[in-house]
Amino acid sequence: MTALNQLTLTQAREGLALGEFTAVELTEAYLAAMEAARNLNAFTVATADKARAMAERADARIAAGEAGPLEGLPLGVKDMFATEGVPTTACSKILDGFVPPYESTVTDQLWRDGAVLLGKLNNDEFAMGSSNETSAFGPVVSPWRREGDETPLVPGGSSGGSAAAVAGFLCAGATGTDTGGSIRQPAAFTGTVGIKPTYGRCSRWGIIAYASSLDQAGAFARTVNDAAILLRSMAGHDPKDSTSVQLQVPDYEDAVGASVRGKRIGIPREYRVDGMSQEICELWDQGAQMLRDAGADVVDITLPHTRYALPAYYIVAPAEASSNLARYDGVRYGARVPGRDVIDMYERTRAAGFGAEVKRRIMIGTYVLSAGYYDAYYLKAQRVRTLIKRDFDDVFAAGVDAILTPTTPSPAFAIGEKTSADPVEMYLNDVFTVTVNLAGLPAISVPAGFSADGLPLGLQLIGRPFEEETLFSLAQAIEEAAGRFPVEDLWWRR
Amino acid sequence: MSVDLGTVRRVAHLARIAVREEELPALAGELNAILAFVEQLSAIDVSEIEPMTSIVPLALPMREDVVSDGHYPDRILANAPEAEGGFFTVPKVVE
Repeated sequence: MTALNQLTLTQAREGLALGEFTAVELTEAYLAAMEAARNLNAFTVATADKARAMAERADARIAAGEAGPLEGLPLGVKDMFATEGVPTTACSKILDGFVPPYESTVTDQLWRDGAVLLGKLNNDEFAMGSSNETSAFGPVVSPWRREGDETPLVPGGSSGGSAAAVAGFLCAGATGTDTGGSIRQPAAFTGTVGIKPTYGRCSRWGIIAYASSLDQAGAFARTVNDAAILLRSMAGHDPKDSTSVQLQVPDYEDAVGASVRGKRIGIPREYRVDGMSQEICELWDQGAQMLRDAGADVVDITLPHTRYALPAYYIVAPAEASSNLARYDGVRYGARVPGRDVIDMYERTRAAGFGAEVKRRIMIGTYVLSAGYYDAYYLKAQRVRTLIKRDFDDVFAAGVDAILTPTTPSPAFAIGEKTSADPVEMYLNDVFTVTVNLAGLPAISVPAGFSADGLPLGLQLIGRPFEEETLFSLAQAIEEAAGRFPVEDLWWRR
Repeated sequence: MSVDLGTVRRVAHLARIAVREEELPALAGELNAILAFVEQLSAIDVSEIEPMTSIVPLALPMREDVVSDGHYPDRILANAPEAEGGFFTVPKVVE
């Protein structure tokens, strides 16, 4: 019999419903797996006592026939989500000791539906990074290794803890946030499924803000169906977030396995970037063939302003970050470093509390918003953003249902491999994912193949606004054709 | 455009981040690498394009103009590094 923590979320839900095991047993299996995986550094906080109490209540509700859609399913939560009574720090020293007196809307809906909180998951500081190496808690180690090589690899970022924990069977599913690729890139690096829904689909209330016009919550799971189950509970209108939309949330699970016959899939020629490796090109072609075999029509399309997306992103995101992170001043929460006056106190507190990448982005953002530069940088980037969105609008208006691209330009890299003096080297990881955030579109990353050295590779499907269902149907077609990519060697348990 | 040490010092102060003199050259190098990267946008003329102000075409929702939350100063002050008598405290601002 499969260990309880290795069941998919869908299988675990069925087992609980049939009474094959209890929520407490399932939770204990995960708590034991977490304990044996401390060297992966995926969790920042384990909430074992809370998890057991929640699991007991779930068992009672299952027994009473009152089970919610996620009843008894143990989840991890990225440390960007405020969780009432549980330390929440965005993996930054500046929020050291912060215990929110409130719960984020997204996580509140998970608990409403019966899920169990196992703990908080590591991420890049304030979600700024693509490798989980900027976390104040230190890097997360991926459960994956190259074949015959013990070099520790990154799980991607910024939701590195979420990706590692789901791939390493340390939780049945996890929340993430995605501002430029922070769900999809780590999902691709770890052989997991990562969905970033349309901007406005999930409430941002209670999520620590990085770049408010780009941030969106989403889910990590081991299968497409698992991701569909999670998103249904996370999504929905919230009066506390003025950008959250008043739309019915469909039962995404119904879309999993639905026919994709006749769906038009666009292959954007601009994503065939210089120096893209042969294996990524082949994976992309194979993905297109999988969808063709499932009955979809694959057509070439053009998204002409793609090359401007990453530069626009590195103006818009830091500008919004410099504004959002102004609140960390040593007055209302977190650590304070005393100074000779109030300004000096602010400056010392922020110098000690923020890490190097966060400081860089705040300073770039401050610069591009400063007097005399606003038009040249920020306003220009927002104009470019209009063009990027228009590229997508045109393609969708021409009848394309979804766009297929690689998720990342390479498989996972080693810890420390990309920490040179040039921060742009790391930024290039997000070349295929940032366009989606700039245009507010939904996208999913689904594992589809292996690199030559045995690491998982992901494909990204980008959909029309609020048509996540199409993405689940297409991703399922890829999952059925490519198979699943579970970690085989649980080396960290030795 | 590139930034010199004086600009980095000024931006750090605007951002309220204390930076030591010896840190300035490395920071300038990193910021200039990012600025050189975003400089690619100069290749495109967007003067006729409207800047994006909202991704989803949504009218801002209105609500009743009433107090809907609050009355729990203890919870709000619970995370403060320093609080006194129901207030956040800061170093003296006015002499």
